[in-house]
Amino acid sequence: MSAEVLALSAAQASAAIGAGELDAGELFSFYRERAEADREAGQEGLNCFTWVAREAPGKAGTRVRETVPHWPDTVRMHESAGSSLAGVPLAVKDLFCTEDAPSQSGSRMLEGYTPPYTASAVARLREAGAPLLAKTNQDEFAMGSSTENSAFGPTLNPWDRTRVPGGSSGGSAAAVAAGLAPWALGTDTGGSIRQPASLCGVVGLKPTYGSVSRYGMIAFASSLDQAGPLTRDVTDAALMLAHMIGRDACDATSLAHPQQIALPSAERLDGVRIGVPAELEPEGSSIEDGVRRCFHRALALAEELGAQVNTDISLPHAPYGLSAYYILAPAEASSNLARFDGVRYGLRAASSSKVEGATDLLDMYTRTRHDGFGREVKRRIMLGTYALSSGYYEAYYGRAQKVRTKIAEDFATAFASVDLIATPTSPGVAFALGEKTADPWSMYLSDYFTVPMSLAGIPAISIPCGLSDEHARAGANGAEANGSGLPVGLQLAGPAFSENKLLDAAHALERAIAFDSTAAHV
Amino acid sequence: MSEPATTPTQPPEGGSPKQKDSYEAVIGLEIHVQLATVTKMFCGCELSFGEPPNTRTCPVCLGLPGSLPVANAHAVHLGLVIGLALGCELAPRSVFHRKNYFYPDLPKGYQISQYDEPLCRGGALGEVRIRRVHLEEDAAKLIHVGSSGRIHGSDASIVDFNRGGTPLAEIVTEPDLRTPEQASEWLKLLRTTLRQLGVSDVNMEEGSLRCDANISLRPACSAELGTKTELKNVNSFRFIERGIRAEIARQERILHAGRQVVQETLHYDPASDRITSLRSKEEAHDYRYFPEPDLLPVAIDQHMLAAARQALSELPSERAARFQRQLALSLETAQLLSFRSELGDYFEAALAAGADPAPPAQALANWVTGELAPRLGGYGREHDDRGGGSAVADEPVDGGVGGDPVNSRVTPAALAALVGMTAAKQVSVGAARQVLDRLIAEGGDPRAIVEAEGLAAMDGGDELAAIVAAAIAANADAAQRVREGNAKAVGPIVGQVMRQTRGRADGTEVARLVNEQLGV
Ligand SMILES: [Zn+2]
Repeated sequence: MSAEVLALSAAQASAAIGAGELDAGELFSFYRERAEADREAGQEGLNCFTWVAREAPGKAGTRVRETVPHWPDTVRMHESAGSSLAGVPLAVKDLFCTEDAPSQSGSRMLEGYTPPYTASAVARLREAGAPLLAKTNQDEFAMGSSTENSAFGPTLNPWDRTRVPGGSSGGSAAAVAAGLAPWALGTDTGGSIRQPASLCGVVGLKPTYGSVSRYGMIAFASSLDQAGPLTRDVTDAALMLAHMIGRDACDATSLAHPQQIALPSAERLDGVRIGVPAELEPEGSSIEDGVRRCFHRALALAEELGAQVNTDISLPHAPYGLSAYYILAPAEASSNLARFDGVRYGLRAASSSKVEGATDLLDMYTRTRHDGFGREVKRRIMLGTYALSSGYYEAYYGRAQKVRTKIAEDFATAFASVDLIATPTSPGVAFALGEKTADPWSMYLSDYFTVPMSLAGIPAISIPCGLSDEHARAGANGAEANGSGLPVGLQLAGPAFSENKLLDAAHALERAIAFDSTAAHV
Repeated sequence: MSEPATTPTQPPEGGSPKQKDSYEAVIGLEIHVQLATVTKMFCGCELSFGEPPNTRTCPVCLGLPGSLPVANAHAVHLGLVIGLALGCELAPRSVFHRKNYFYPDLPKGYQISQYDEPLCRGGALGEVRIRRVHLEEDAAKLIHVGSSGRIHGSDASIVDFNRGGTPLAEIVTEPDLRTPEQASEWLKLLRTTLRQLGVSDVNMEEGSLRCDANISLRPACSAELGTKTELKNVNSFRFIERGIRAEIARQERILHAGRQVVQETLHYDPASDRITSLRSKEEAHDYRYFPEPDLLPVAIDQHMLAAARQALSELPSERAARFQRQLALSLETAQLLSFRSELGDYFEAALAAGADPAPPAQALANWVTGELAPRLGGYGREHDDRGGGSAVADEPVDGGVGGDPVNSRVTPAALAALVGMTAAKQVSVGAARQVLDRLIAEGGDPRAIVEAEGLAAMDGGDELAAIVAAAIAANADAAQRVREGNAKAVGPIVGQVMRQTRGRADGTEVARLVNEQLGV
């Protein structure tokens, strides 16, 4: 029974429940026990979760309160359809606000914080029939590419427990790869869904900016943050996305997606023009050989499926993407994180200093933020504060915005001659714990290929495209029997709102690649 | 232009008192006006008027993690009305910025305001030029417990977030004022203008109109500006005059002593007539303004411009007065209909629909404001007060009709017919409410619904008398207490009658029959 249940993708499980072959309550309990075991094991397990649900939710179809909390005039009770996703449980990144569960964004600052409302994306999925299974570990405030920046300890990569799962949605990626959750919700600011998906051998999709509401996502960089699925396969990603998208009255930057998301069915790529940008090799680093080999094998497969691969296209400003990103994202973050001041919620450090007998406000602020934020968060707050300072604004923030515009124009030019753009998702495979923590720039480089799409606001998906045999795997969870090597991700990007086209192409390639997404199940 | 030291009017060292008059004061005002919207600038909370602390709050105006602002379209509208009235140039595109600083009355650690692309620029009121008008959110209210009443030296500070997020228009003048009296007079003119526009309560005592003054001195014939100070929160006409006068005197003393005026922010204490420094230059803030990424730019379209122009053509107060004068509406109803123009428009359309029997104007107005509007998406104010600018201007509210009854399935003629039938006692009020629910859901003709559903009012015949008698029999205890003089005990009996008649019976008639049968 359990092996059969574990083997089901979310779409398959949903179908099985719909056909009466599987009980939604049993499915929830099955995954709840697996997730709870990992949570209890802490660093002896994979440390994927910061919280696991205690019991299965009530039957789908019960009355639910529509979560539009700050527009009291639109709150209404209604019958939940609750059928589309049939009760397949969902793991959710810690930074999504969930009314009944701690939402800490991986930070000491919010340890134990339980919000009074639920994020729109989570609420939509729950109403479509995907109950909350667990909250997943992440880099603090989504700042990081390894999940080592979590206040609750690092998450380990199920393919090799000495390595990182990527980040910042590392808990979500590792949970799906290890079969501890059928699927998971993540967020992507500069690659935080795609890079961990790549390093864990699962599918990760960053939708077009604005297609999923950000309401209730604890913000990192508002103009870049976007929620998306981490799943075992492309079909699951499409299924989840279909129930997340849409305009939300609570998010002024959200948009009505012009298309319904369809489940992908393509098996061929005839006539699809795939561009490979000339600017592939990042400065000061290079793509690992194992990654390059997998990437080229995937391109060859795409040609076999009928695609035209065009290596002549150019994204001339993409190499400046990381630099622009590390101005813009910290600038927004420095402002977004100002609310963590100890006054209303979260951590408040005791102040020892008194002014005229009263607690010194500045001292309370300083101590709270000193104690509550980790190193990487402080680094970015300082970077961002500096970039916005009077006298430096134009040189940093202003110029970075110009680069951002140029990169968006580069993509627009490229998409005049190709349908999709392909790159490796990350220059390397999962790296060892601690390997890059001392050198922030080398860590930042692992998002070299994902950041330009984020700056341009366009959709991109990472699918596993093979195993790199460059690195021996150590201490894998029973995956030795499936051979050695670490997963490599292929990134496909398309123009804004081209999710259906992207999912179809990814689906056809996924079939041809035939990656075993269950190989790292624990 | 020459340095002050070389100007002919510069007093010599130890100049005589008479020569002191040779300094001219240059005064500019920054006025914050709380806008008379229903809800706050960036969330759905209703504005607070003295409610218990922290009862008008939500995740957005508390700055909870993950919450996002959505600009209030009605606040933008009122900002445009002010801009038009002051002859400003309206920006086709304006941008909200974040003004970053830490303070306990600022829950997000930044105030959403407008910076280099404000809603309105230029213009004038009387002889004073307007520099700009922009929109922003108010801070929360800090209450300092302890003797001093200020944060330093207080035992504790508590925060009331009811005021936080209230929409403000900030009106900035050019430095065209010269005397304290002139400043006070001009501010009165501005207040009257804003009151007539209906954009604000403009009540200085309650803080819906707040004023800061920028003051500098220069030799009388000089065109150059001296170093200015900012005098904060001079919040009554009397204190404005006295505060500015005190600050002019202070600057004169400094200049006569041959010292320099320091640019700083000052506080005027009316009790002692003294001026103290709030922030010194070393603490000068770098607000790190940058465009608010959670909001789209406000793009003014023709529809919004037309609405603002229309609001000028008949000011809401004029419309309210007309409703009172011509239709004898109560003050409260007349104001509700005129300050929410879409309700007023709907009401006038229904009144003109020629229903037979004709609905009385006050009853019709009550049904529009008290029955129809609340049923359209909560209290029916969302269209006015949610969503901002280009982001949502043409976007329907999820599943709703945007609170504007014109967009609902209830035509003005249908409502007029329903209210006319109710007034003529052809249907009871309870039944009419059921009909209204059907109209909202399906549209249609109220008379047809009444007939199809058998909701026509029961006349006070034998059938009703029998139902009343049965209800009395079934509630013997209550009946006894009524007979003993407890009039309130009639409740269960009337309730049963209304249930059995599904609200078709007229409440007054039922009460009359009950009392008649009980002999009281
Ligand atoms: Zn609010």
